[in-house]
Amino acid sequence: MQNHLNFSIMKLIHQSIPLLFMAGLLFANIEKNLQTQFILAEPGDTITIPEGLHSIRGTLSIEGKSDLVIRGQSMDQSILSFSNQDEGAQGISITNSTNITLEGFTVQDTKGDAIKIQYTDGIIFRHVKAEWTGGPKETNGAYGLYPVQCQNVLIENSVSIGASDAGIYVGQSNNIVVRYNTAYDNVAGIEIENSNNAEVYENHSYHNTGGILIFDLPDLVQKKGGNIRVFNNLVESNNLFNFAPPGNIVGKVIPGTGILILACSNVRVYQNTILNNKSVGTGVVSYFMTEEAIKDSLYNPYTADVHIYNNTFDRWAGLPELGYDIGKLLAVKYGRNTPDIIYDGMQDPENSAGLCIQNNDDARFTDLDIEHNFEEWYSPFISNFSEDMSPHNCGREHPLTSSVK
Amino acid sequence: MSRLLGKANYLALLPLLIALLFGGSPIKYAKPKLSDYGFFEGHMANQNPVPGVMPYDVSAELFSDYALKSRFIALPKNQQLVYQKDGTFNFPQESVLIKTFYYPEKFRNSNQGFRLIETRLLINTQEGWTGFPYVWNSEQTEAYLEIAGKRLNVSFIDPAGQLTNFEYSVPNFNQCKGCHVNQSRMIPIGPKVRLLNHDFDYDDGKMNQLEKWNTLGMISGLPRVSSLPHTPDYNDLESGSIEERARALIDINCAHCHRLGAPGETSGLFLNIEETDPTRLGIHKTPVAAGRGSGDLDYTIVPGQPDKSIMVYRMASTDPGIMMPELGRKLVHKEGVELVKKWIKEMEK
Repeated sequence: MQNHLNFSIMKLIHQSIPLLFMAGLLFANIEKNLQTQFILAEPGDTITIPEGLHSIRGTLSIEGKSDLVIRGQSMDQSILSFSNQDEGAQGISITNSTNITLEGFTVQDTKGDAIKIQYTDGIIFRHVKAEWTGGPKETNGAYGLYPVQCQNVLIENSVSIGASDAGIYVGQSNNIVVRYNTAYDNVAGIEIENSNNAEVYENHSYHNTGGILIFDLPDLVQKKGGNIRVFNNLVESNNLFNFAPPGNIVGKVIPGTGILILACSNVRVYQNTILNNKSVGTGVVSYFMTEEAIKDSLYNPYTADVHIYNNTFDRWAGLPELGYDIGKLLAVKYGRNTPDIIYDGMQDPENSAGLCIQNNDDARFTDLDIEHNFEEWYSPFISNFSEDMSPHNCGREHPLTSSVK
Repeated sequence: MSRLLGKANYLALLPLLIALLFGGSPIKYAKPKLSDYGFFEGHMANQNPVPGVMPYDVSAELFSDYALKSRFIALPKNQQLVYQKDGTFNFPQESVLIKTFYYPEKFRNSNQGFRLIETRLLINTQEGWTGFPYVWNSEQTEAYLEIAGKRLNVSFIDPAGQLTNFEYSVPNFNQCKGCHVNQSRMIPIGPKVRLLNHDFDYDDGKMNQLEKWNTLGMISGLPRVSSLPHTPDYNDLESGSIEERARALIDINCAHCHRLGAPGETSGLFLNIEETDPTRLGIHKTPVAAGRGSGDLDYTIVPGQPDKSIMVYRMASTDPGIMMPELGRKLVHKEGVELVKKWIKEMEK
């Protein structure tokens, strides 16, 4: 009987070896350890990213989980470096999940996007940094903090540096707050694309090609964005060269762009401080400006119902970026005194709510009227841009308040 | 006491142990070793299936670094696949799909020297389909569950006589779903009507797989087989036009993600074989969220100009920030790239 007992225990142990082996891996290497924890996590778990600079070779993924916190010691202490990445396009990929909080760590030098979240309801980034450490380069990954097709997104007190598309990018999502973040050395600092109900406030976006972009693009699953409020942001010196790989739509953004609204409707831009963006302090343009053909029959290429009010604009005298057509045009017409608010004049014919501009101190305005002004190659030289803001004074809708910053 | 700890009882403890370790995770449905399932008889590496475990193949294959694959389906006793109008099947609970990835030492003489790398099980559990990767040991006697994936050095001599050394990557538990997903739920990719509708060399002679399964009572509601669609084998020059073969290739290699309801839909690029809209197929379509995957090119496909087409650029890359598919590939599928190039080359401008 004793033998039988021993034999059974031996067999039990033997049968359990693979399981024990897996448990042992929890202490083996950080990559396998984190990935294993991500796979085994239960609702309510907190998974800790230990202090240190950890080299990770493949995408870490979370799939189909709920109520998890992934927490490092701090942005500067817990760093996942993907500089030796040879597998997977992202640093961290989270899909089909609910209520995930990412907090207090950095993801560095991923080959593709740093942190991508898809099909997730409830995602919080807090004190999270995405960065490419070699400075702005075309070979950097596209997006830093990147929720797409998500609901209920909060990105706060986070940082993105060096993304070759957008540092903080929210796409095809709904119910979004992006606040207290810092973005620099990206092509786009912050971008909201084909998304609804977004508040973007008290962010500092500087030294990017474009500071804050609000875009609606064709051919996407979520067609239409709107109800977007951009306020109390400091958007300054976004004059970085555009290092987006050609082919990407963001590659068309002219260096020196503060805030750009492309083909979006129902947008409010107020109480921002928009300084020293050399080409387009704030632009409101249709998709026609991209000069791409529109084949999506459900797409609306116009802007409509955009209000720009109570902002502070300032820029030193200087030429806009001349490597881009729009820059050349502005330079020919305005020399070193580029206007602050630039509109392409393409009002949605099916939407009576137009562009509203109020109380932006002494900000200067121009309407390029691209529908009529660009029929011949020499048009720019004879064009009549309109600096008259009065068609865009929408009554007393927005009372004067002072800028927060 | 001895009876309590008898063979039957300690086996009964195993699920408990697994449950303790893995709690509510679907991993509790997995057994620790491949042999625990009893799919094969004799030396397991020879993959001789027990009765009820049915071999099959698909006409167009996902490229997996030139690995060869064997496939089996095991249905629970007296249960059937239910034919669906869209050309898929409803699988009964506890259905298992078994796929083993292996390499011959030499492709030219593939009768000798096989090395089995991994066996992936797709099990239709109470919580839906779940994928479990098992990695073979170096003695080739057993394969063990590896939920966090694994990297293995693999070398083989390709059909051209070239020695290839590379690091093969077994996907982790989450990555299985990265491909096998639709509307957030996991689904099988291979066993669809159009991919099964061709002859298979059974022990008792050749027969159309759907006919065979139907004869064995494995399917209910199957229409007349001759009326059903068939995906060509893209490797077989005789099986269809260049366009048909190229569409078969991109369907099986890309459309599990690039399809409405799957992760690649964010890009607006839809590559499933049913897609007919030129823009959604990539023709003169600007890239979305491609980053440096665009390769400084403007469109996914430029008719007549494969070298200006992002699709070709990404298929021909092994850089993780550029390559497509994103996972499951360390080598370039040279023949696949050539086929897609030909297709784009002959496309009307």
